[in-house]
Amino acid sequence: MTDSTSRTGLDRRAFLKTGAALAAGAAVTTKVTGFPFVSGARAQEAKTLRYLGTAVNQSTEIAAKVKEDLGITIEYVPVTTDEVTKRIITQPNTFDIVDTEYFSLKKFVPTGNLMGMDAKRIKEFDNITTVFTKGEIDGKAIGGQGTAPWKVLYLAGNKSKEFSATPTEWISLIPTTYNADTLGIRPDLIGRPIDSWAELLNPEFKGRASILNIPSIGIMDAAMAIEASGKYKYPDKGNMTRDEIDLTIDALIEAKDAGQFRALWSDFNESVNLMASGETVIQSMWSPAVTAVRAKGIDCRFQPLKEGYRAWASGFALPATLEGPKLDAAYDFVNWFLSGWAGAFLNRQGYYAAVLPTAQANMQPYEWAYWMEGKPATQDILSPQGQVIAKTGDVRDGGSFAERMGAVACWNAVMDEDAYMVRKWNEFVAA
Amino acid sequence: MAATNRTGIVPYLQAAPLALVFLLFLVVPLAFIVVVSFWTYDNYQIQPAFTVQNYADVFDRCIARLPTLCTTFRTYVSTLGFALRVWVLTLLIGFAIAYFLAFEVRSKAIQSVLFLICTIPFWTSNVIRMISWIPLLGREGLVNRTLMGLGVVDQPVEWLLYSGFSVTLTFVHLFTFFMVVPIYNSMLRIDRSLIEAARDAGASGWQILWNVVVPLSKTGIAIGSIFVLTIVMGDFVTVGLMGGQQIASVGKTIQTEISYLQFPIAAANAVVLLATVLLIVFALLRVVDIRKEL
Repeated sequence: MTDSTSRTGLDRRAFLKTGAALAAGAAVTTKVTGFPFVSGARAQEAKTLRYLGTAVNQSTEIAAKVKEDLGITIEYVPVTTDEVTKRIITQPNTFDIVDTEYFSLKKFVPTGNLMGMDAKRIKEFDNITTVFTKGEIDGKAIGGQGTAPWKVLYLAGNKSKEFSATPTEWISLIPTTYNADTLGIRPDLIGRPIDSWAELLNPEFKGRASILNIPSIGIMDAAMAIEASGKYKYPDKGNMTRDEIDLTIDALIEAKDAGQFRALWSDFNESVNLMASGETVIQSMWSPAVTAVRAKGIDCRFQPLKEGYRAWASGFALPATLEGPKLDAAYDFVNWFLSGWAGAFLNRQGYYAAVLPTAQANMQPYEWAYWMEGKPATQDILSPQGQVIAKTGDVRDGGSFAERMGAVACWNAVMDEDAYMVRKWNEFVAA
Repeated sequence: MAATNRTGIVPYLQAAPLALVFLLFLVVPLAFIVVVSFWTYDNYQIQPAFTVQNYADVFDRCIARLPTLCTTFRTYVSTLGFALRVWVLTLLIGFAIAYFLAFEVRSKAIQSVLFLICTIPFWTSNVIRMISWIPLLGREGLVNRTLMGLGVVDQPVEWLLYSGFSVTLTFVHLFTFFMVVPIYNSMLRIDRSLIEAARDAGASGWQILWNVVVPLSKTGIAIGSIFVLTIVMGDFVTVGLMGGQQIASVGKTIQTEISYLQFPIAAANAVVLLATVLLIVFALLRVVDIRKEL
């Protein structure tokens, strides 16, 4: 059954090799992959990395700093989350490094289009937070429902199509950032404390709630709300059975028929607009979107809830065909990324860095105290772009790193019943 | 007739470039979609096969659940409903505008100027014209503020935005011009002496409109209708944005499936949609023989 796909995979590899050989042989050459450019030698070509990922993680500041420190030019290829997955599967020769989420791994590791990265070549590998390697913070286990990173971190070999349950040298994704998501609320319009996911489906917010229209994530938010209301306890919200999917979607349809949702949202800006305009007062949200609403001077909170967070994590992977100087450059870049500057940059945006000690070394103690230790800001907190995002005395929503990541209940996931889930989700949208 | 004189290979050669373009960029991709719609898929790949499972999934429990509508039927009812409403509204408005431009405005220069004015909204993008309705119709929007200021309502009117109303409104706003252009074009070619003759023969204004102008604008109406109906049937951006993503459309279903890499079922849905739209177009062409009238 996989005959045809694996055959094209080989062809592609052979094709790339020929391309690389041509590039090495000729002094002035046009690359075969369709990006015409003139390059003197292969070494110079290695100094450019095509970086595939979502625009959210692709900062110009990081690219500028890499150029300065390593002399490597980062060429961003910004696409949507789903498009990243699609590209890895259908066009693995159009990028040199990819930044993607752990939950997608189940979709593309079996294609063999990516290679496992060698942990021995990652200098800070042993310092990567235990969130990824063991699923613990300070020795305390984190909720592991869904596609938790530690379940898919190791591959059986360098070019393996299979995961390994026990630690190996080969890493599927070298972690970059991760965070814990929860509901966003408008405290000024709600006027009472919110402490449970169940509030998302509370009729009190009829016509003023929203859930995100990305099926795999939206259904988990719904499951958090249903479980919080005591209706059903899921063995694994990230991998539901058909019956559980039916139950969840039926509850959503019931809420929709009752007029619970003002709208559904599917991109970052939609969620910001719904919240900022007051069309909704409670909804699934992402951390930077809450910051964006606040930047407009509107009170918005990324509300910690007693049932915990839905977490996500992303990391770097390399296409299986990468080799020679380009491969070395990719490793250099990944090592640079974990060496602190980028980690501090991400921490200041409210994400978390994979290697915390190096990030800490690149942050001021007051910044570290606010972002990571959950302490009140002793002076104004600035974003990497220099805007004030928290005033002296403010405390981060959800508190410290250990409190937030320690309270994770489930992780973004791809279910075994993915196709059925999408079909049922379409039913919800059509209801 | 002239056509009978054109024999030999030359006319075929003349038509060949366009035919080739159509073959390469329309027929081949379409054939591929049809082929893929019979393939199977799992998480990360599609595999050649011959299975009708995708079509079975599209029409999952559609017969068994009658008279309750299944997802697909409900989606089509919703999409066809929009198509019908938008078609009627754009036709009425579009016809009125075209009639005004072609018959009421006497000067050729003013006609052209007014026609150009109609195109001004097209200088900005579709999406911008769409989302510009949001601040107007929202809960805290201009319309609600005005209504509440005038004391007409005490509570903001909710159905103005993220509703069937806002979707229809936006469609009509976006696509009326696609109706105006072809109708205006056919009206310009109506021989004015025909109208004078009708008037001399004692026809009233309405009679002239119904018995002379409408039949002679039929091609324009048919072409405009094809434009509007096919665009609305395939749309998912407008329905998504203005319907608050809570209103189903066939296009949105296909888009969701594609983003989850379920190409075969998306292809099956596309084939069903294509068949539906083709049926509508054939029905229209049965009523109006465009080729004869052009």
